[in-house]
Amino acid sequence: MSTVTNSIFSSATAARFDHLVTLYPVKRSALIPMLLYAQDEVGYVSDAVVAELAQRLDLLELDVRGVLSYYSMLRTKPAGKYNVQVCTNISCMLVGGYDILDHCKAKLGIGHKEVTADGQFSLEEVECIGACCWAPAMQVNYDFHDNLTTVKVDSILADYAAGRGKDVK
Amino acid sequence: MPTLVSHPEEVKVLSRRFGQGAAEIDKYVELDGYKAVQKAIESGPEWVINEMKASGLRGRGGAGFPTGMKWSFVPKVSAKPKYVLVNGDESEPGTCKDHVIFLHDPHAVIEGTMIAGLAIGAKMGFIYLRGEYRYLLKIVEKAVADAYAKGYLGKNIFGKEGVDFDIVTQTGAGAYEVGEESALMESLEGKRGVPRIKPPFPAVVGLYGGPTVINNAETIASAPHILLMGGEAYAKIGSERNGGTRLFGISGHVERPGVYELPMGYSLRKAIYEVAGGIKGGRKLKAVVPGGSSCPVLLPDEIDVGLDFDQMGKAGTMLGSGGIVVLDETVSIVEFALRTIKFYQHESCGWCIPCREGTDWLKKTLTRFYNGGGNLKDINNIQYLAENMMGRTFCPLGDAAAMPTLGFIKKFRPEFEEYLKGVRTEKNFITTDELVGASH
Ligand SMILES: Cc1cc2nc3c(=O)[nH]c(=O)nc-3n(C[C@H](O)[C@H](O)[C@H](O)COP(=O)(O)O)c2cc1C
Ligand code: SF4
Ligand code: FES
Repeated sequence: MSTVTNSIFSSATAARFDHLVTLYPVKRSALIPMLLYAQDEVGYVSDAVVAELAQRLDLLELDVRGVLSYYSMLRTKPAGKYNVQVCTNISCMLVGGYDILDHCKAKLGIGHKEVTADGQFSLEEVECIGACCWAPAMQVNYDFHDNLTTVKVDSILADYAAGRGKDVK
Repeated sequence: MPTLVSHPEEVKVLSRRFGQGAAEIDKYVELDGYKAVQKAIESGPEWVINEMKASGLRGRGGAGFPTGMKWSFVPKVSAKPKYVLVNGDESEPGTCKDHVIFLHDPHAVIEGTMIAGLAIGAKMGFIYLRGEYRYLLKIVEKAVADAYAKGYLGKNIFGKEGVDFDIVTQTGAGAYEVGEESALMESLEGKRGVPRIKPPFPAVVGLYGGPTVINNAETIASAPHILLMGGEAYAKIGSERNGGTRLFGISGHVERPGVYELPMGYSLRKAIYEVAGGIKGGRKLKAVVPGGSSCPVLLPDEIDVGLDFDQMGKAGTMLGSGGIVVLDETVSIVEFALRTIKFYQHESCGWCIPCREGTDWLKKTLTRFYNGGGNLKDINNIQYLAENMMGRTFCPLGDAAAMPTLGFIKKFRPEFEEYLKGVRTEKNFITTDELVGASH
């Protein structure tokens, strides 16, 4: 049972949060993972998410918002069902990272931090994701795709569009 | 999924379990797993610290601080609980070695954390992974749960009365600066990743105000191997004052990019030309960024240098994170410098003016320059700006942005001058609409 009545989260997520706050010497340490998991469920960090997390951690909403605005993976607007994050940092750039980004832009018809009209895909240019030796690389819903070519990107995007893509949330 | 590479020149200490399914606890145990920590429990903290000192292991996070010494700085008695904090934030561009450790040998990180805990008298450790590593977090979480289930973690571990150790995993949410040790502690406490003023150092006042040892994931994963083989034997593999081996990630324009384990002091030239198979397509080498994007660039005639902290320092650069980025003759240095500074500008936490404003001005100036709107004075301005950031910031991110910039200007000034004349015609990696409009 959730410690918060009328939680906006699914019972599994609410239970997870109840557990998370017990793990650390200080409850607030659970804030960043909670923000991420909340975002995974709701699609973004909504006002209601901020309010409930503040309540769960005995924080001011302002404290939650301060943290929320610092971390680049957290967002306050919905992303697409599949969030495509293409790395263009040095190792990727050297082997065609920008070609991959441009290809995604053309293919999806959207730019950086935009969402397709049907809400299926969003696109982001990101900094190094720790896959430099397998560059160029991107992530879709946390799943890594590496040694990319434009042909490979096409089949990855087609897989997601058909609901066959991997999601490691 | 990262491809595993292999080369006969490798010395596999840390990576010897890679590709063997050691993420499963039974396999890990079969491959000598959790023996080192039991030896540590029997032999005591002093023995552990002495072995670590003898090993000559230096921090793999970038700065190369001797690990045994770091552990010995933690006060024996403390009113507040002590902690071990594993830095798996791995965000330095060009670096993906901790990725492979978490994927193939997560128990080595867990065992290393326990060993560090025993050495300093901590009963709790945290393993912090960058938020992007969600699939690796799951692997580490499972490994931690399996270790609890076997009684290797928790109360009276390995059946030893009164020996307790807990490990909690934690995730970031996208921020390079959080890799800085005190910013990491802030982040773990649920705050913005703004660093703390030092002193006091983490060994005295760290996480939740308690004495804390913070080490990179690779440093921590090395500890069990050191205790098993003996500090001296480990030291012998490496070079003078640089014990053991290290995971080097070689990326960019090489034939066989990958993460290779090489002895400290191994030749940079051989790492590129033999281990990684040389420059892609037989093209000419133009430059090497030897240890992640913060490290000043080396020219082709400067790569006859041993890959250890001291030799790289003497060569005017740094060993850094061990991420070797190789640039062939087709690369525009102006463009590469711009992409590098764009990263630091994005990641500056904004606390100090030289870093916040300096990276912003460097980006603006380089952007205009790159777009063809620059002039000769800009080159000196870029240098002047970067020089004035150096050493004037609360944390080393300011230096990390300034140093590579200075390196590019100093070693490739003629290319910057040539760029002005429009002589350079390389393919544009960065499309104009992605860049800030030049307003100055
Ligand atoms: C801006 C910045 C980012 C850093 N990022 C990392 C990182 O991602 N991983 C890491 O282990 N160390 C990183 N460091 C170094 C840490 O501050 C710290 O020195 C290191 O974790 C200590 O571990 P070690 O002694 O085992 O190297 C970073 C430092 C700075 C200044
Ligand atoms: S140097 Fe940059 S990142 Fe470090 S504290 Fe100052 S503003 Fe923040
Ligand atoms: S530079 Fe793209 S993953 Fe590191």
